[in-house]
Amino acid sequence: MTTSLLVADARTKKRNAAEKRFQAYGLSAIVVAMLALLVLLISVLFNGLSSFQQTFITMDIALAEDRVDKQGNRDPAEMAKTTTIGYNSLLRDALIATLESEGLTTDLSNKDIANMISKESSATVRNRVLANPDLVGQTVTFDVLASGRIDGFFKGDVTLESAALDQNTSPEALMLAQELADRGVMETKFNWNFFVWPDASVQRPEAAGLGVAILGSLYMMIVVLVLALPIGVASSIYLEEFAPKNRITDIIEVNISNLAAVPSIVYGILGLAIFINFMEFNQSSPLVGGLVLTLMTLPTIIISTRAALKSVPPSIRDAALGVGASKMQSVFHHVLPLAAPGILTGTIIGLAQALGETAPLLLIGMVAFVREYTAAYTHAAGLFGEASAALPVQVFNWTQRSDPAFVERASGAIITLLVFLLIMNAVAIYLRRRFERRW
Amino acid sequence: MGLLIFASTIAIMTTVGIVFSMLFETFNFFGQYDWRDFFFSLSWSPNFRGNSDLGIIPLLWGTLYVSVIALLVAVPIGLFAAIYLSEYAGPRLRAVAKPAIEVLAGIPTIVYGLFALITVGPFLRDYFAEPMGFGQSASSVMTAGVVMGVMLIPFVSSLSDDIINAVPQAMRDGSLGLGATKSETIRQVVLPAALPGIVGAILLAASRAIGETMIVVLGAGAAARLSLNPFEAMTTVTVKIVSQLTGDTDFASPETLVAFALGLTLFVITLGLNVFALYIVRKYREQYE
Repeated sequence: MTTSLLVADARTKKRNAAEKRFQAYGLSAIVVAMLALLVLLISVLFNGLSSFQQTFITMDIALAEDRVDKQGNRDPAEMAKTTTIGYNSLLRDALIATLESEGLTTDLSNKDIANMISKESSATVRNRVLANPDLVGQTVTFDVLASGRIDGFFKGDVTLESAALDQNTSPEALMLAQELADRGVMETKFNWNFFVWPDASVQRPEAAGLGVAILGSLYMMIVVLVLALPIGVASSIYLEEFAPKNRITDIIEVNISNLAAVPSIVYGILGLAIFINFMEFNQSSPLVGGLVLTLMTLPTIIISTRAALKSVPPSIRDAALGVGASKMQSVFHHVLPLAAPGILTGTIIGLAQALGETAPLLLIGMVAFVREYTAAYTHAAGLFGEASAALPVQVFNWTQRSDPAFVERASGAIITLLVFLLIMNAVAIYLRRRFERRW
Repeated sequence: MGLLIFASTIAIMTTVGIVFSMLFETFNFFGQYDWRDFFFSLSWSPNFRGNSDLGIIPLLWGTLYVSVIALLVAVPIGLFAAIYLSEYAGPRLRAVAKPAIEVLAGIPTIVYGLFALITVGPFLRDYFAEPMGFGQSASSVMTAGVVMGVMLIPFVSSLSDDIINAVPQAMRDGSLGLGATKSETIRQVVLPAALPGIVGAILLAASRAIGETMIVVLGAGAAARLSLNPFEAMTTVTVKIVSQLTGDTDFASPETLVAFALGLTLFVITLGLNVFALYIVRKYREQYE
C-alpha cells in the first residue's frame, strides 16, 4: 500500500481528533466558568433591582387637632401620648377620603383598607408631627408607604391568585391598588430610603432598609484600616528589611501563610472567646467586629506589603546608605514611599475582603436586630461600642425571614455590597495602573 | 524597632489566641461530655434541656460530601481552564477570561450563599430532585456542593496556571520535536511534571471547601443526617458552629461548648491540609528553579 504525506492515515486522524477534543474541553471549561459568573450576577440583579423601588401612596392627611393633639397645647411631650394606633386610624380615614374623592367604590372593610397602608407609615407621620407641631390642624400631603403585599403586586411578586390564599391581602385590595395606581395616587418609584432606613420588623419588609448595616460596616472598615494597615506595614518592614534569618522569623513566616488559609469562622470563635468572653467588650459592637476582621485581613496585607517591598530594587537602599542615611532612614524615607502604591492596593483588596466577610460576624452577635442608628462614640459603650449590624450579615438576616418580600431586600443588599466592592477594586486597579513602576 | 518587632509577633499571638481559646473551652466540654461519644457517636441531636447526642460523625459526613461534590465541579473546570489559558489561549482571550475567572474569587461567600438559596436550590429541586424522585428539598448537599464548586474554580485555576507556567519550555519543545501533538505533550509531559503542584492546589481548595460557612448555612440545610442521597439536606461542621453559637448561649452547657470542640477539629483538619499542600507546592517549585 502506498502512503502519501498529503493524506492523513487513520492513526493521525485519531490523534488530531483527540487534539480537537482536548481543546474543546479546555474552551468549554472557560465558557462554563464565565457562564457561572454571568448567571450569578444576573440572578442577583434580577431578584434585587426591584428593592430599589418602593410603592408609595400620595394622599392628603387632615391632622385634626382632636385626633393628634387632644390637649390642644402643641406640646410634643403631651402629643406623644397619641400612639401610632391613633395615627393608624387617621391614615385609614385619609385613604378612605382619597378613595371617595377619586370616585372609587369598594366593598372592602375599613380594616382591609387600612391594611393597604404600611404599618410603618403611622410612625413616620407621627414623628413628623411631633417634630413640627405647627402641622396640627392643617391638611398635609404625605407620601406614605404602601403595604408589602401591594408593593409586591406592582413588582410582580404577588399575583391575584396568590393573594386569594393570603391572609394579609386580597384580590379586591390589589384591584383597588391598580385603580389607584392608574389615577396616580399610588406610585412605584425609586426609594432612596432603602439605603437610609434601619431594619424593620418581620411584618414590615416594605420599611426595611440598610442604614444601620451600612453604618456598622463603615465603622468596622475604619477599625480595620486604622489597625491592620500600620500593624501590617510595620510587621512586613521588620520581616523584609530587618529580621535576621533564623528559626523565629522562619516560624513567623510559615505562621502568616497558614493564618491566611484558616477558615474565617475560626476567627469568629477567637473573637467570641477572647474579645467578648475574656475581655468583655460589648457583643455585636463594630469594635469587636473590626478587631476580628483586622486579625483576618492582616495576613493578606502582610503578604502584599512584603511583595511591594521586595519589588523595590536594592540599589535604592544602597544609594541611601551610601550617602550616609541610617538603615531606618533608608527604609522610611526611600523604600516605603516607593512601595506605597503597592501597599495601598493590597490594603484596599484586604478591606474589600473584610467588607464581604460574614461568618465570623455571626458568632460575635452581629445578627442582633438593631433599629437605632449606631453612634460612633457614647460615654457608656465607648468608641464603636454600641450594638450594630453589618451589610453582609443583614443579607443573612433577611434570608432567614419567612416573608418572601425579604428575598428581594436581601438581593438588593447584595447589589449594594457588590457595588461597594466594585468601587474598592476599581480604585485598587487604578492605583496599580497609575503608579506601577518597572525597575 | 521594638514596635516593628511587636507588630510582627501579632501574627504569632493570633495563632496562639486561636489555639488557646479553643483548647480551653474544648477541655471544658470534654469535662462534661465523653470524648468517645463526641468522636464516635452516629447521631447529632442537641437538646437544650440536657441529654444531647453530640456526635461529630454526621457533621463530618456532610462536610465531606459537600466538599467532594464541590471538588468534582471545581477541579475539572479549573484545571481545564488553566490548561487552555496557559497553553492554547491567545493574549486576547487571556486578557478577558483570566480576570473574569478571578472575579469569582473576589465575590463574598454570602453572595454565593444567596445564589444557592434563591436560584440554584429551587432549580435543582424542580428539574432534578423531584422528577427523579430524590426528594423535595431545595437545600441539599448538591446545591451547596455545586455553588461551592463554582466558588473554588478560581482557586484551582489560578494556582494550576502558575504551576503549569513554571514547567520549563524545554520540556514542551522536546516533546513537540518528537512529533507529539500539543494535547499529547500536555497530557504526557506537562501535567505529570506539574502534578505535585496541582495536587497541592487541589488540597488548598479542599481546605477552603471544608472551612466554608455561608454557602452551606444557606444552601445545605440544618438537619444532621447520614445519607447517600445528594438531594437531601445535610449539615456540616461549620453550620453547627454557627447554630450553636448564635442566639442565647450559655457557656456552661455542653450544647454551646461543643462548638469549640467542632471549631478545633475544623482548625486541625484545615491546618493539616494547608501545611501538607504548602509543603508539596514549595518542594515542587524548587525543583525547576
